[in-house]
Amino acid sequence: MAADVALSVPAAEEAPFGDVRSAARPAKPWRPPTDETPVVRRTLIGIALVFLGFVLFLPLVAVFVEALRGGVALYWAAITEPDALAAVQLTLLVAVIAVPVNLVFGVAAAWAIAKYEFRGKSLLTTLIDLPFSVSPVISGLVFVLLFGAQGFFGPWLQSTGVQIIFAVPGLVLATLFVTFPFVARELIPLMQEQGTGDEEAALSLGASGWQAFRLVTLPNVKWALLYGVLLCNARAMGEFGAVSVVSGHIRGLTNTMPLHVEILYNEYAFSAAFAVASLLALLSLVTLAAKSILEWRYAQDIAATRGRGH
Amino acid sequence: MVAAALSGPFRKPSILPGFGLTLGLTLAWLGTIVLIPLAALVLKSAGLGWEAFGTLVTDPRTISALKLSFGAALVAATINLVFGLLLAWVLVRYRFPGRRLIDAFIDLPFALPTAVAGIALTALYAPNGWIGQFLAPLGIKVAYTPLGVVVALVFVSLPFIVRTVEPVLAEIDREVEEAAASLGANRRQTVFGVVLPTLMPALLTGYALALARAVGEYGSVIFIAGNIPYVSEIAPLLIVIRLEEFNYAGATAVAAVMLAISFVMLLVINLIQAWSRRRFGDGR
Repeated sequence: MAADVALSVPAAEEAPFGDVRSAARPAKPWRPPTDETPVVRRTLIGIALVFLGFVLFLPLVAVFVEALRGGVALYWAAITEPDALAAVQLTLLVAVIAVPVNLVFGVAAAWAIAKYEFRGKSLLTTLIDLPFSVSPVISGLVFVLLFGAQGFFGPWLQSTGVQIIFAVPGLVLATLFVTFPFVARELIPLMQEQGTGDEEAALSLGASGWQAFRLVTLPNVKWALLYGVLLCNARAMGEFGAVSVVSGHIRGLTNTMPLHVEILYNEYAFSAAFAVASLLALLSLVTLAAKSILEWRYAQDIAATRGRGH
Repeated sequence: MVAAALSGPFRKPSILPGFGLTLGLTLAWLGTIVLIPLAALVLKSAGLGWEAFGTLVTDPRTISALKLSFGAALVAATINLVFGLLLAWVLVRYRFPGRRLIDAFIDLPFALPTAVAGIALTALYAPNGWIGQFLAPLGIKVAYTPLGVVVALVFVSLPFIVRTVEPVLAEIDREVEEAAASLGANRRQTVFGVVLPTLMPALLTGYALALARAVGEYGSVIFIAGNIPYVSEIAPLLIVIRLEEFNYAGATAVAAVMLAISFVMLLVINLIQAWSRRRFGDGR
C-alpha cells in the first residue's frame, strides 16, 4: 500500500524536494581513496575476463564442440570402441593403484614432518616437492634408464622374465612419481598449524598412538586429505608425458586415455580424439567442482578449529 | 644428509609415537620412487664422460631445442606475470557476478590433462581453426611455430602466479593504503609504490614456479608446436625422439641439462622465500 501511495504522488509535487536534495548532496558520491574509479575497475575486470575467455574458456568449449561435431552416434561409437574402453580401464587401474599408495605415503610423511622437530626437515620437504619441478618426460625417462632393456636392472629383469617398461608396472611407477607430492603437501601446512596439543591430550587420557591418530588427527584433516586425493587422482588419470615415455603405445594393452587421444589425433581421427578427450575434460570439470566445494567447506572447518583455540 | 636425520639426537623429544615408523616409511618410499630413479639419471650421464657429454649437449639441435624451451617459457611466464597479477587483483579486490566461479575456473590448467589442452589449443589456433582463421589473413601464424609453443605455455602456467599472489594480496592491510592516500599519494602511486613492493616475493615465487613448469612442459606443446627440428622442437620432445631412436646417451644428456635447470629453479624459489621471510616476516 505504501508503495502505491508513493507512486500516486504527482511528479510536480515531488520535483521541488528532489531539487533541494540534489543541491544539498555533493556532486559525486564519496569514494574511499583506496578504491579505483569505477571506469578503471570495469576496464580491469573487462581485460581479465577477455583474457580468461581466450586462454581458458575457449579451449574447454572447443573440446566439447569438436567432440560432438560428427554427431552423437559417432561420439558414442568413439568412446565405446574396444581400444577406447581398454584405455579407460587401464587409466582407472593405474589411478586405483597409484592414488591409495601415495595417500598412505602422504599421511605418513605429513605425520613425521608436522608432528616432530628434527634436523633435515626442510631438506626432506624440498625433496618431497621435487617431482613438481621435474619435466614429466624426465619422470618417465628415469624409469626407462632403470628398468629398460639397456637400463641398470634391464638384463636382470629380462632373465627373470619380468617386464616393467612398455607394460603396466612402468605406467604405475611413472604415475607414482608424478603424483608423489600431492597428498603430503596439502596435509603438511594444516597439520603444522594444528600442532600436537590435541594428540598429546588424547594420549594423556589413555588413547593408544593409533587411536589418537584415527580419532583425533584424521577428523581434523579430513577435508585437506580429500582435497589432496582429488588433485592426486586428477593428475594420475590425466598424466601424459611421463606415461608416454614408458608406455610403448601398445593399443589395447598399455594405452591410457591421454595416450589414446594422442594416437587418434595423429591418425587424423579428430572427432574420435576429441570424444575421448571430452571424457577427460569432464573429469577435470568434476574435479574442479568438487575441489571448490571442498574449499568452501574446508575454509569453514579451518575457521572452526581456529575458533576452538588452535 | 638423509641418513643423518634418522639418528636419534637430532630430534626434539616428543611423547607422540610413530616417529620412526612414519619417517622410515617416508624415506624408504621417497628413495624408491624419486631419489633412486633420479640418481640413475645422474649416474648414467656421469657415465658418459665429460667429452661425450659435452658433444651431446652442444649438438646444434639440442641447443636450439633448449633455447626454445627456455625462451618460450620466459615469454609465457612474463605474460602471465602481468595477467596473473591483474587476475589476482580483480578476483581479490572487486566483487562482480560470477567471481567465485571464475576463481574456481583458474585452476583448469592444473586439472585438464595436458594432451587435451594441446589438441584443443591446436583446434583453436591452426590456420583453419576458430581463432587461426582470423589471424591467417593478417599473416600471423600461431600453430606450428614458436608462437604456438608460447600460447600453450601461457595456458599451462597461468594458475601459478594467480595462486601465489591471491593469498598475499588478500592479507594486505588496507590501512597501509589509507595511510599512503592520507599522505597525499594518488591511487597510482599507492598501487605501484606501496602495494606492488609487498607483493614482490609472491610475484617472484609464482614467476619461478611458472617458469619451472613451462620449461619442462610436454603434453600441451607437442600438438600445437608442429615439432620442426631447429624451429619449433622443444627439449622434452627431443628427449623422447632420442629415446625412440634408442639413443639413450643423447636422451640422458638433454635430460641431465634440464634436470640441472630445474634444480637451480628450485634453489631460486627457496632463496626467494627465505629472503621474503627475512624481509617481510612470515610471507608465503
